[in-house]
Amino acid sequence: MTRLTPFHSRTSALNEGQRWEDWEGFLAATMYGLDPLVEYNTIRLGCGLFDVSPLHKYEVRGPDAQALLQRMVVRNLAPSRPGRAFYTVWCDDKGKIVDDGAVFHVAKNHLRLTSTLPSLEWLIDNSLGFDVTIEDVSEELVGIALQGPTSRDLLQKLTSVDLSALKFWHCTDADVGGRRSLISRTGYTGDLGFEIFVRPEDAEKIWDSAMALAPDYQMRPCGLVALDMARIEAGLLQIDAEFISAKQTLFEVQTISPLELGVGWMCKLDGDFFVGRDALIKEKANGTSRWNTVGIELDVTYIEKYFREFGMPLHLPERSWIGPVPIYSDEAQEDHIGRGTSGMWSPLLKKYIVIARVPPHYAKLGSRFWIEEMIEAKAFSIPARVVEMPFFDPPRKKA
Amino acid sequence: MADTYDAIVVGGGHNGLTCAAYLAKAGQKVLVLERRHVLGGAAVTEEIYPGFKYSVCSYVVSLLRPEVTRELNLSKHGLQIHPSEYVYLPMENGDRLIMHGNPQKTREEFRRFSKKDADRVRQFEDVMYRMAFAVKPILGYKPPNMTAPSLRDLSTLKDFGGHLRELGKDTFHQLTKIMTMSADDFVGEFFETPIIRAMHSLSGVIGTMLGPKSPGTAYVLLHHYMGDLDGAFSAWGAQKGGTGMVSEAIASAAREYGAEIRVNAPVSQIIIKNGTAVGVALENGDEFYAKTVATGCDPHVSFRKLVDEKELPADFVRAIDNFKFRGSSGKLNMALDGLPKFNGMEDPRFMSGAIDICPSTDYVEQAYDDAKYGGFSKRPAMEICIPSINDPSMAPPGKHMMSIFVQYCSYDMDQHGNRDQQREAFGNAVIDTLQEFCPNIKDLILHKQVLTPWDLEQIFGLTEGNIFHGELTLDQLFFSRPTAGYADFRTPIRNYWQCGSGAHPGGGIMAMPGRLAAKEILGGTLVI
Repeated sequence: MTRLTPFHSRTSALNEGQRWEDWEGFLAATMYGLDPLVEYNTIRLGCGLFDVSPLHKYEVRGPDAQALLQRMVVRNLAPSRPGRAFYTVWCDDKGKIVDDGAVFHVAKNHLRLTSTLPSLEWLIDNSLGFDVTIEDVSEELVGIALQGPTSRDLLQKLTSVDLSALKFWHCTDADVGGRRSLISRTGYTGDLGFEIFVRPEDAEKIWDSAMALAPDYQMRPCGLVALDMARIEAGLLQIDAEFISAKQTLFEVQTISPLELGVGWMCKLDGDFFVGRDALIKEKANGTSRWNTVGIELDVTYIEKYFREFGMPLHLPERSWIGPVPIYSDEAQEDHIGRGTSGMWSPLLKKYIVIARVPPHYAKLGSRFWIEEMIEAKAFSIPARVVEMPFFDPPRKKA
Repeated sequence: MADTYDAIVVGGGHNGLTCAAYLAKAGQKVLVLERRHVLGGAAVTEEIYPGFKYSVCSYVVSLLRPEVTRELNLSKHGLQIHPSEYVYLPMENGDRLIMHGNPQKTREEFRRFSKKDADRVRQFEDVMYRMAFAVKPILGYKPPNMTAPSLRDLSTLKDFGGHLRELGKDTFHQLTKIMTMSADDFVGEFFETPIIRAMHSLSGVIGTMLGPKSPGTAYVLLHHYMGDLDGAFSAWGAQKGGTGMVSEAIASAAREYGAEIRVNAPVSQIIIKNGTAVGVALENGDEFYAKTVATGCDPHVSFRKLVDEKELPADFVRAIDNFKFRGSSGKLNMALDGLPKFNGMEDPRFMSGAIDICPSTDYVEQAYDDAKYGGFSKRPAMEICIPSINDPSMAPPGKHMMSIFVQYCSYDMDQHGNRDQQREAFGNAVIDTLQEFCPNIKDLILHKQVLTPWDLEQIFGLTEGNIFHGELTLDQLFFSRPTAGYADFRTPIRNYWQCGSGAHPGGGIMAMPGRLAAKEILGGTLVI
């Protein structure tokens, strides 16, 4: 049975076209209005309000809480202390990615892990010999995200905690609208933004108190279409687009390592042991990475030229897409080298941007190759070049 | 020894800055000289009244070319345009008409007035879209020289001819109609409801001393549909922080590429030796030398003020003197103590786009009649924006900034009396008229700035107060802008180039004259 989040009484009243999709078994709004671009613009110019309750959430408590998570995730948690948060992926023994999520250092001996997929069993399996208790609080904690340039000013109206002191990837206990919560300076949009975790019984009150401020801060509820566009501009990875969980495929060819996913920077290979470390050390030493994940930009003038062949004006995708789309080293499409995993026409940047998986020797900035684009059911090769990712990285994100 | 540059750009308006940015990106040593203390020319934001940011002159961004945003990375430099979702038209009888971003909702709204008009929404949009596609390539070409076409010109014409042929005869017929008809006649072929006809034809007369019933105004309407081609979404909107921030973003990009930009640096004349521009002299006597001088000023300023007429051929001088400016619009900027309440308003959201005061074509035509022989409209047509609804940085909390574009106000209205009294009377006519559509407006005004075409000329150097650097009528466009033989950004003076809105493809915050001029200066290729 499809489940409803505790915000559903509110979100369903606002969902004009009743457009929903499945997010880990919950109904999640695809979009609230009829035009997702309005919501996309809200994230970049005002504040988007998201119901992020379907995330899986686990409390890890005890003297070994940090040690357990350090064993599990690739990220170096040594500098972690209460009030810090980290984005990370985690791997299996073969060094292939199992999932991604965030670690919140809530308090001494108390860490919280959020994940895209259910992770309780993975945590328990890894916890043998550690002095910890693990609790799945996915239903005991629900969340909203406030993302966009006005998010801080809006949230400041709801809490006594000084948000100007809360740095990027930090978290704090806070009262929000008189309810206890954890506020973190995190999100999935690459913009200034916050996530707020609360108890389900407080959900509607928190939603209402935020919505009451909506007109003054250009806030709107936003759906998954707009969220996907923002995260691509931010160069953030999406499960089942940029990677498949090693737990969800039987075929090694479909798995991917952090070094191949472009998140090698977060793997501390010379530090404490973590699951998959030895395989990654070997992969790095032997140079056996098959891929790297990079941002590319398409030459739109070619797309315009090909549309003209059909007597049509340039038409660009109205929403983001999730691939795979083939990438070739040559225009004739004889030498296949990789794939585009997600892409979009960025209305903000006026650029056609794609997150792509290519062999490491094609991953250097400025590397050029060809990506397929379908125009009137005919496949064309469009020149693409590797550019810096994130594609959009406003100073306000960290300021 | 004076400083020497590869290129000097006269005027730090958005086109001058664009030209400078592209030249600097190509490795040239560039200097921009702006007369005023702020950059942006007519795309400028100033805090005229404490706490309120006024987009003093131009107030919306609809035509900014996406290639400029992309190639100069303007979003990195702060370009952020909030797309507008609504056009709201209050009526005298207390009703209103709303154009929605969503076409289905617009159709439902039109149905309240006329079922026939509702059914025609899609048809009208399709025709405009097809025609915008037909003429859009023109925006990207250097106009061919029709008096002495080069091989490249002939190839441009052949390309364009081929493009037009591919469009089919229906589009071609529509195109000849829109090039020649009045906005009202053209729109009248689709819609019967007066306010719907007025809403569409208003864009045909903005910035032009013509009425919606004057032949030739239908073409200007088409200009407004160009932006729609570059994505699925209507491209018009408000820049965060005001239109001055568009100029600031371009300036920031130019500086990153190495351009030097000076304000408070009024140029008094172009230094010309043997028919070749070699530099500029400032009012304070400073001189700067360069291999190239580009002017972002309008044709009158560029050729009749900055250059000694002895340096120019007589027929060119005559052509520039005949170039029509004829400012037709005024501007009111107001600081408001709260949100105004327009007739028929049930949700303040609908005020976040444009609010048009034009209940019927006759109303707009009457406004034109009032101003045709000098003076201003007794009941003017208006396009109003309240940017602070979407952008809280424009005004203090709970307060709002209102920009009113007023059509018509003639440049020579002062011949009917004292200039200050006339300005006052013009401002009062606007407010009195607005009150009929927005009853609480007078209670909210904390401050108002009234600008007539004469003021626009004094402050911004816009000749006769024309916001487009010369009217956007067909006789002054493409290979005739500003005059035949000199539409290719060149001038009769060697190394003296035009890069402002008086050049092809014309006015509006489009940045295309600046980009195309840079391309020509660089020999036909941009570094992108």
